[in-house]
Amino acid sequence: MTSAAAESTSETQPAEGHAGPHRDYIGAKLGMWIFVFTELILFGGLFVAYGMYRAMFPQDFHHASGELNVTLGVINTLVLLTSSLTIAMSITAIRLGKKVQAMALLSTTAVFGCVFLVNKFFEWKAKIHHGIFPGSPLLAQRHHGEALFFSLYYGMTGLHGLHVTVGVILMVIMLVFLARNKIRQDDFIKLENTGLYWHLVDVIWIFLLPLFYLAA
Amino acid sequence: MTSTTAHDAEQVHIVGYGTLIKVWGILVALTGALVALSASHSPNLALLGLLVITPTKASLVFFYFMHLKYESTALKYMVVAAITVLVIFVGLTFADYLYR
Amino acid sequence: MSTAVAPAAVRPAEEPSFYAHKGIASWLLTTDHKRIGILYLCAMITFFLVAMTIGFFMRLEHMTMGPTVMKPTTYNALFTLHGVIMIFLFVIPGLPAVFGNFFLPIMIGAPDVAFPRLNLMSWYLFMSGACIALTSLFTGGGPPDTGWSFYVPYSVTTGTNVTMAVFGAFVLGFSSILTGLNFITTMHRMRAKGMNWMRMPLFPWALYATAWVQVLATPILGITLLLVILERVFHLGIFNPALGGDPILYQHLFWIYSHPAVYIMIIPAMGAISEIIPTFAHRTIFGYKAIVMSSMGIAGVGSLVWAHHMFTSGMSQVAIITFSLLTFLVAIPSAIKIFNWVTTLHHGSIELRAPMLFALGFIFLFSIGGLTGLFQGALAVNVHLHDTYFIVGHFHYVMFGGTGFAFFAALHYWYPKMFGRMYNERTAVVAFVHMFVGFNLFYFTFLVLGLMGMPRRYYDHLPHFHVGHLIATVGSWILIAGLLIMVYNLVRGLFRKVEVPGNPWGGVTLEWTVPSPPPVENFHTLPVITEDPYHFNPVQPVAKETP
Repeated sequence: MTSAAAESTSETQPAEGHAGPHRDYIGAKLGMWIFVFTELILFGGLFVAYGMYRAMFPQDFHHASGELNVTLGVINTLVLLTSSLTIAMSITAIRLGKKVQAMALLSTTAVFGCVFLVNKFFEWKAKIHHGIFPGSPLLAQRHHGEALFFSLYYGMTGLHGLHVTVGVILMVIMLVFLARNKIRQDDFIKLENTGLYWHLVDVIWIFLLPLFYLAA
Repeated sequence: MTSTTAHDAEQVHIVGYGTLIKVWGILVALTGALVALSASHSPNLALLGLLVITPTKASLVFFYFMHLKYESTALKYMVVAAITVLVIFVGLTFADYLYR
Repeated sequence: MSTAVAPAAVRPAEEPSFYAHKGIASWLLTTDHKRIGILYLCAMITFFLVAMTIGFFMRLEHMTMGPTVMKPTTYNALFTLHGVIMIFLFVIPGLPAVFGNFFLPIMIGAPDVAFPRLNLMSWYLFMSGACIALTSLFTGGGPPDTGWSFYVPYSVTTGTNVTMAVFGAFVLGFSSILTGLNFITTMHRMRAKGMNWMRMPLFPWALYATAWVQVLATPILGITLLLVILERVFHLGIFNPALGGDPILYQHLFWIYSHPAVYIMIIPAMGAISEIIPTFAHRTIFGYKAIVMSSMGIAGVGSLVWAHHMFTSGMSQVAIITFSLLTFLVAIPSAIKIFNWVTTLHHGSIELRAPMLFALGFIFLFSIGGLTGLFQGALAVNVHLHDTYFIVGHFHYVMFGGTGFAFFAALHYWYPKMFGRMYNERTAVVAFVHMFVGFNLFYFTFLVLGLMGMPRRYYDHLPHFHVGHLIATVGSWILIAGLLIMVYNLVRGLFRKVEVPGNPWGGVTLEWTVPSPPPVENFHTLPVITEDPYHFNPVQPVAKETP
């Protein structure tokens, strides 16, 4: 492989003496961006459902939205926005060679993610306690649009919460990589890609806030 | 993509803490504006919030936090394509629901 | 030739083929794109034969009116399974999974795809999805009986194991998405030096257009299937009319993916045909740029036409008119390709070998399929044709006569390269003739039956349809005979000790410059490209006699 590598003209051939998978920073980032597109479209399907039902039941959606806790929604928004800041900063940190800062910032991001999930847990708990959950008899008695609003609420915030959970797990793994120098100043694409994923989670919430909490 | 070095990661622009914090500040302010518009009892203002402020927030996250401003033109086109596809899906489905 | 390398007829002794490393672990843990392509091939041929057998029994049931060999509920399960297996396990993975994986890197002069381990994961997701769908046969309420489209409300209320089957399809979707992601990155990042986009051969271009559809449309299927599962398990209620839900919304979401899915099926097939026709006409493709543009155009416009599956569902007038218009538009780029292929034959030096027969068969069968699609796109006609055998005939002409025949064409074309062996040419022709005759007898009769009003997914039929059913069933037997002869021929060929040269057909794209089968790393030295991809020696016409 080595002599072929020396003659080769591909930019992604492994360096002399290195066997194994080639490193392509731009390619790895491109792959992650494409994955981000698929997630956008995945949630997009739910946005299609939301859009149609809101067009069909504007009053019901307005009314049902009033039952959601705006304060909690805004707090969660600020939590996610700040977590996006900290993970972006952690990438800057490692690129400047500041490993400890990067790890601190990444840990902060993970903590913010957990705060979001805790808030969501209490929010759902309260709603379920009041008899509003998928398949509940109370919901079946309400106006059609309101029932659909809450179905979409659970579906979309639930799927989003699942993505937040996965994001937190990814961040813990990246923390381990940082500690073991598998993410370094000269090889940080794993952290950058985790960042892309996390920002996507943030962007989705940016849309969920007005659609669910501010529609009243 | 025309980069030909194995060290192209080094060439890519680093976004400083200052810029990131400024963007964060704008995002928080926009969130506040959004809440204010939605609480204003005017459905038109609320709609303005939804259709203008929210995409602006998302764009800031894309351009600065996700580094899109400093990425290749090809990638920018891809993002536009993905979002366009989503808009078309929503839009054409509205062709049904708005005219039932 | 597009490189300076001499014909690689002789394998250097120190360069074993990619089959050299033996043992089951070397296959199940491989990251070699060529082995992954073969893994897909073995699985997909198996699934195809299973679904073909199911089809055989479906036709058998229609040999007599009333019960013949099964109960009505069995028939419902069988047509569901036939559709699910054929569509999700054969036609959608189709050419990209087998020939894309095997040949994309070689045709662009790369040593592998961008993400080899992700590639292996795609295969495992494919096999997992298949196994999960298989478990639905034996668990819960048994195999689903909803049809492969899983329409609500029936898919939410039926006692059959829809949840399992739909979850299997969900997993399969991820296999498709990751393959698309891999191919896009590969083509952006790993083309050989000198291979700019307009020097890339047409099969990779087709894979590129397809990959974008895979990446941007499949997630909608993912969320739709997830919603069906959430509805069945947690009573989420989004499609439940009792809660104000709209079953037509399900249809929109389902077809937003499933229509682009048919372009995932056909664009790579067209790409393969664009490779085979020039090789066996020994001249360059006519209108390379037009074919590139039309591939991207089909992918784009094809994503806008989904609701032509729903004209009779209760959508608004505005919607049905809009989608009918868009449906007519998408025929244009498809037709462009047909003109280009046929024009390529003009002044060509045509050799009617097996791959070329299948390719020409494709052109004929896909044309019929495409034209019948136009009839269906006309609103008034659609009212008469929807859910009849005409639709069934149409989609078998495009999916089977189209993608299926193109798959077989590609298999016969690239067989010597993939296996270093050769099948029997005469047997291949015999198989093709059986398939072509049987196919038309079978599915053209379906078109007629549909016009007469025979509904699809019906276990039984009225007397005035009976002759048509008999003819179609006999056609199906001839077709199956041809398929079995073909499979036998291809398998037998693997055991014939025949050394195959690097370039048995005189092809000019990069895969014909490497040995048959290729070595593990594809190229001893990565090529440098200086010419257009279809640089055949031009046919030199005899000068007219001067007076």
